[in-house]
Amino acid sequence: MEHSSLAGRIFRGIALTLILIFFMFPIVWIFLMSFQNNDQILRIPPRILFEPTLANYEALISGQLRTAAGNLQISFMRNLFNSVVLSSAAVLLALLLGVPAAYAFARFKFRLGETIAFTLLSFRFAPPLLVLLPLSLYYQELGLNDTYFGIVWVYQLIALPLILWIVRGYFEDISPDIEHAYRLAGHSWREAFTRIAVPLAGPGIAAAGLLSFIFCWNNFVFALILASADKQPVTVGALAFVTASGIQYGQIAAAIVLSVTPTLLLALYAQRYLVEGLSLGAVKG
Amino acid sequence: MSMAQTLPTNAQAAPAKPRPRVRLLPYLLSLPALLVCVAILVPFVTAAVYSLQRYRLNLPYLRGFIGAGNYIDFLSDPAFWNTFRVSITYTVLTVVLELLLGLGIALLLRRPTRFHNAVSIMLLLPLMTAPAIAALMWKLMTNPSFGILSYVISLFGVTDFKWASDPSSALFTVVLVDVWVYTPFIMILLLAGLRSLPRQPFEAAALDGVPASFVFFRITLPMLAPYIITASLFRLLDSIQQFDIIYAMTQGGPGDRLMVFQVQAYLEFFQYTNVGRSAALLMILWLITNILSNIFIKNWLRLRARAHGHA
Repeated sequence: MEHSSLAGRIFRGIALTLILIFFMFPIVWIFLMSFQNNDQILRIPPRILFEPTLANYEALISGQLRTAAGNLQISFMRNLFNSVVLSSAAVLLALLLGVPAAYAFARFKFRLGETIAFTLLSFRFAPPLLVLLPLSLYYQELGLNDTYFGIVWVYQLIALPLILWIVRGYFEDISPDIEHAYRLAGHSWREAFTRIAVPLAGPGIAAAGLLSFIFCWNNFVFALILASADKQPVTVGALAFVTASGIQYGQIAAAIVLSVTPTLLLALYAQRYLVEGLSLGAVKG
Repeated sequence: MSMAQTLPTNAQAAPAKPRPRVRLLPYLLSLPALLVCVAILVPFVTAAVYSLQRYRLNLPYLRGFIGAGNYIDFLSDPAFWNTFRVSITYTVLTVVLELLLGLGIALLLRRPTRFHNAVSIMLLLPLMTAPAIAALMWKLMTNPSFGILSYVISLFGVTDFKWASDPSSALFTVVLVDVWVYTPFIMILLLAGLRSLPRQPFEAAALDGVPASFVFFRITLPMLAPYIITASLFRLLDSIQQFDIIYAMTQGGPGDRLMVFQVQAYLEFFQYTNVGRSAALLMILWLITNILSNIFIKNWLRLRARAHGHA
């Protein structure tokens, strides 16, 4: 592979170019579309050069959408706000529940621990609707339907296994001797946990938190079933938006750009940790 | 695995603490996670019970146990077999395509140059796009009147291609979106695998002048096998449960062309309010995924132990 022929290098160059076009083009194209008005979008043949407009974003931010049938009030910003609230709360809760448990699973060998860890892991692969559909009936009885708390609780299905298994791997990689030495100096286990173990596993905890934030943000089906319009995150909101706004394609593109920008930026920021996170720590990057 | 064992090493050297408290500690720490497990298990058991009932939300007075009735009905129901066939086709197509493409890209990016790393980071972006949103992006690009892809294929003389709205091309279109979103997942896992392989076998093969195809099939592929298996099982489990892309793109249509398990179950529940049938469908899907995930977890544990250095 080190000393490949000219033909080989040309082949690799062409292949990589095609791959980059296939995977990058949709993002670039929708981004460009979000700065066009409908006339520019509908023009055939399409043009790469155009006079950009911010009208689509202005309409989204003000919540006043111009459609063929007149002005329409849609609070897409509300969806964006919901996504931030739901994902942040879900990750914070999952860290509070998951990090101590991950520590317990890494440091102590006890049967219940393995059972919990594997149950949570198997939920990661169970059909989400299997839990969600009965849950939606329970939620209606409990009054949890369409509440932030109810949705955040279900988001634990996404965030908790991720945090538990990634952070557990990080705790396992820290030698317990450091904590033992610290405890010999007369400190309690709680001090050893908060002052030694957690700071040392810090990068892992941060990575697991960021990844679960991205996955909560990108989730669609949970809120589709449990949330009504004013609690819906962007994934569900964008779909409703498409139905409501009809042929205002520029505004749809702008809504898509606003929905994906936070996760894409986070992903670029945390890309170092993504490999490990995506495989729940099965592949050390 | 003994219950009494606490600190793995030096337990006796730790300062004298009341022993029972130390023994309780792991349970106290994992209690919250346990509660979440229990809270999830309740609806799961409920779903299993529903699947054995005649239970329609619009006809509550008809509710009652019918044993395996819902399941037996499926055997003679063409809609069920359509769901089964569409789900399996979708899963096989996406996993095979993503595996081949992902492996190809990983091999191309194998040498850790700055350019290759930049490419692999860029390929993360589709994976980090919400699948439901990705479906909307492709919907805009495949719109028959102004979509850029419709325009591009019209340059090649294909003018009457309706993408997701035509039964003959709907599957192709959603598979394309799935490949766009998830190929990077396989690529990233295999790339990490490739780069962690020991160098000696490859150096020895290069010294002996072994042909590249032999190196690939006899050294690279076998050594990469655990990574390939783990990555494909990961995708297999997610793909057979695909909901977001298909629902956002066509809601299972046109007709019942893309009626995969979870979309069918969703519509049974919300459109036909047939809770019993919906639950039975999901139980069958769960059975399939459960078998797959047991194989998966075994493989994955082995890889994980190796990555953390106690294989």
